[in-house]
Amino acid sequence: MSYKFHQFQVVGRGLPTETDEHPKIYRMKLWATNEVRAKSKFWYFLRKLKKVKKSNGQMLAINEIFEKNPTTIKNYGIWLRYQSRTGYHNMYKEYRDTTLNGGIEQMYTEMASRHRVRHHCIQVIKTATIPAKLCKRESTKQFHNSKIKFPLVFKKVRPPTRKLKTTYKASRPNLFV
Amino acid sequence: MPFKRYVEVGRIALVNYGKDYGKLVVIVDVIDQNRALVDAPDMVRGQMNFKRLTLTDIKIDIKRVPNKKTLVAALEAADVKNKWESSSWGRKLIVQKKRASLNDFDRFKIMLAKIKKAGVVRQELAKLKKETTA
Repeated sequence: MSYKFHQFQVVGRGLPTETDEHPKIYRMKLWATNEVRAKSKFWYFLRKLKKVKKSNGQMLAINEIFEKNPTTIKNYGIWLRYQSRTGYHNMYKEYRDTTLNGGIEQMYTEMASRHRVRHHCIQVIKTATIPAKLCKRESTKQFHNSKIKFPLVFKKVRPPTRKLKTTYKASRPNLFV
Repeated sequence: MPFKRYVEVGRIALVNYGKDYGKLVVIVDVIDQNRALVDAPDMVRGQMNFKRLTLTDIKIDIKRVPNKKTLVAALEAADVKNKWESSSWGRKLIVQKKRASLNDFDRFKIMLAKIKKAGVVRQELAKLKKETTA
């Protein structure tokens, strides 16, 4: 499963000067499509928090963070700040996924579809793995059932490879399971 | 018509699209409305969209998210492989695979066998015709 958004840990600090020999080191975890964008985002956020810019700062480390247990399902809560046509808003969204990158990707696509927010207008404030008891949204809580059972109601049979796809078919499809 | 095949923990499904096409997998957990956590003895546990799965009639008795050893043991205990290969769906797939992997000599042998079988059937038919007209 290849994800568009990767999680990076970026560490940087302002350059040491005569007044400040050992400036404070700051670490951020953020999502970007590649390392270059991650470093740029780091400076963007750091500028808003401290009086430091990329020209008088240095990048100390940038590492990609991978999912520790991609084979277990987790409930992710994502706090975000986004820009709509009329102003900035905060939001809390929940997703069920195996990896945090997958949850973040779900969030970006859902924000784009439901609120028409493009990804550069979204800032992830915080993410957390939520235990099932503390989930707030009904749409995630409905899957917290150890004896979950439901039929697949609509079954469209696809050709097994895209090569066998044809524009015209001889008969109408049978959509019952 | 009520539904008979449900998405549930332990349902065996056939993968009908993608890299693992043709494999039998077990639904180990449900992620959300469109995806399931899926496992098989010879693959890493991963997520799969329901669009890529076709449910079968076979269901094994496992708890939600078993570890690999328990899963393999449960598959052995339920004898999924034999049940699948003796079901009409499973047998059809085996025949399809066999037919796709024939070489020219095999097809020649099949041609001779078909002619022979048709000849025997026609002899019997001729005998029956003679009896009814006679």
